Amino acid sequence: MIRIALRMLVGDRLKYIGLVAGLAFATLLITQQGSIFAGFTRRSGSWIRDTGQADLWIMDPQVEFTEDRKAMQDSALLKVRGVEGIEWAVPLYKSYVQARLQDGTRVVVRMIGLDDATLTGGPPIMEEGTLELLKQDRAILVDARDVDDGLRLRRGVGDDGPRELRVGDRVDLNEHETVVVGTFRRTREFFWDPVVYTTYSRALRMAPPERKSLGYVLARVKPGFDPYEVARRVEETTRLRADTSDDYEARSMDFILAKTGILPNFGITIALGFVIGVLISGQLLYNFILENQRAFAAMKAMGASNMLLLRMVFAQVLFAAFIGFGLGVGVTALVGQLLHDSKLAFHMAWQVPVFGGLAILVCCLIAAAISIQRVLRLEPAVVFKG
Amino acid sequence: MSASTSTRVAVSCRGVTKTFGEGENAVQALRGVDLEVLLGHMTMLVGPSGCGKTTLISVIAGILERSAGECTVLGEDTSRLPDRQRAAWRGRNVGFVFQALNLVPTLTAAENVAIPLLILGVDYKAALARAGVMLERVGLGARTRSLPAQLSGGQQQRIAIARALVHEPRLLVCDEPTSALDHETGHKVMELLREVAAGENRALIVVTHDSRIFSFADRIAHMDDGRVERIETPTRN
Repeated sequence: MIRIALRMLVGDRLKYIGLVAGLAFATLLITQQGSIFAGFTRRSGSWIRDTGQADLWIMDPQVEFTEDRKAMQDSALLKVRGVEGIEWAVPLYKSYVQARLQDGTRVVVRMIGLDDATLTGGPPIMEEGTLELLKQDRAILVDARDVDDGLRLRRGVGDDGPRELRVGDRVDLNEHETVVVGTFRRTREFFWDPVVYTTYSRALRMAPPERKSLGYVLARVKPGFDPYEVARRVEETTRLRADTSDDYEARSMDFILAKTGILPNFGITIALGFVIGVLISGQLLYNFILENQRAFAAMKAMGASNMLLLRMVFAQVLFAAFIGFGLGVGVTALVGQLLHDSKLAFHMAWQVPVFGGLAILVCCLIAAAISIQRVLRLEPAVVFKG
Repeated sequence: MSASTSTRVAVSCRGVTKTFGEGENAVQALRGVDLEVLLGHMTMLVGPSGCGKTTLISVIAGILERSAGECTVLGEDTSRLPDRQRAAWRGRNVGFVFQALNLVPTLTAAENVAIPLLILGVDYKAALARAGVMLERVGLGARTRSLPAQLSGGQQQRIAIARALVHEPRLLVCDEPTSALDHETGHKVMELLREVAAGENRALIVVTHDSRIFSFADRIAHMDDGRVERIETPTRN
């Protein structure tokens, strides 16, 4: 009878398509918004992931997320290096500074200073030039993607019109002249300010003078040591905070979610998708059951038990949910794939289709529970009424 | 009643009443029906609208519970069975031809016919094969894959008959089987019922207003105001 139930469902093409389209639309709303939400939250950890060589991030205990600058004393670096289980540790500078381009364009940039000797913590992909070029005098690297928007000569220089920055261009950082020696690509971040890389010592020279200047210590754990155990030792020894990369990413994400309110904002849209799903699927299923109630009543008269009819209705609902969800999540994935290189924050984490699927399933079960009341209350004797 | 007659009794109703609603709104549809339906007979229930014919066949078929009286169908007092068992009993023993046919429009003729078998748990392919055989018997062997909308009224009625018989029930209940058909088609359907459905081991109850088919009956029970007023045995053509 399950096969008969499915034939009844798909046989009425118009209603079947309507039902599946409604569920696909609800799925699309839920999974697309879910994926964008996941994309935004993932972006909050982009810089940490891009700085992939370190196992541990050591910072002031009051630092709450990646853009939160609370500098430490330089001696922290030596203390970390002395902890058992640390293979190496390097300083990392990060701060917002004023940049002035050749045409007078002024923009705030995030300046990251890398350890002069090892250049550890540099950008993940060099597009033009090499990381080694940072060792040249006054050298900086600029973000090739930011060239498209943030770091752009808006008025142009000489005969040039507005154009992107390129190798050889001069940029004043906090009134210190620098030269672009290369461009890089990085993963898009939650925050939008352009990023420039330079060496740690040069960054300190260009930054406003401070008593404390060390933003982070990046450390690698020796093979065979547990990073969490080493992190605990670092915290005990230095009284600083030591996070694994994953922990720091999660902590940054939690802070941004808590402070920006994007969770309730996206949550409302996702909830709306759920409500729309319930309403659409509920109404269509109810109509479907209503139009087939004589058939169900006839089956009841012919000996079908309520349990059998329930199984039939649930089979119809689950089938429609499966197809609708498949289509919806497919379209979401397709849109994400097509726009993966755009500014759209899209990340279909495994949780998105799983929770999206559960949401659609719950939608359909609620709709089925409403519709099924009619089937259960059906009096088989109605089939004798003409 | 002789011993041989009693063994051939399919349905025995004594003083059956059925009341819908309660108090001032109560409507007494059956007011003490006495009726016997014999195996191998086609019994027609005739009478004016609202006289209780449909209620009576609903009670006999185990779809409605009577309010009072006794009714044994194929040796079983179905009112004593729990809902689920009563449904299973109907599935095994009763075939229905509904006035509105109640064919599922999105299913093929064979699938519609196979429904009673599928309800009984027969495998889909086996049920479809038996439905095909049944459709052959009613002259629709070539239309197994047709949808009801692609068939004429008479052909749809044949599908309904095939569906009612495919699981070989011992009681066949037909509600106004010719009401939507022209005279000629109605006659053909009744001939088909006599030819295919009637048998020593099966009882047919046909509810009808159509006096043109009375001649097909072995017995005619005239009902009025919730009672069987008289039973006659018509003369065959």
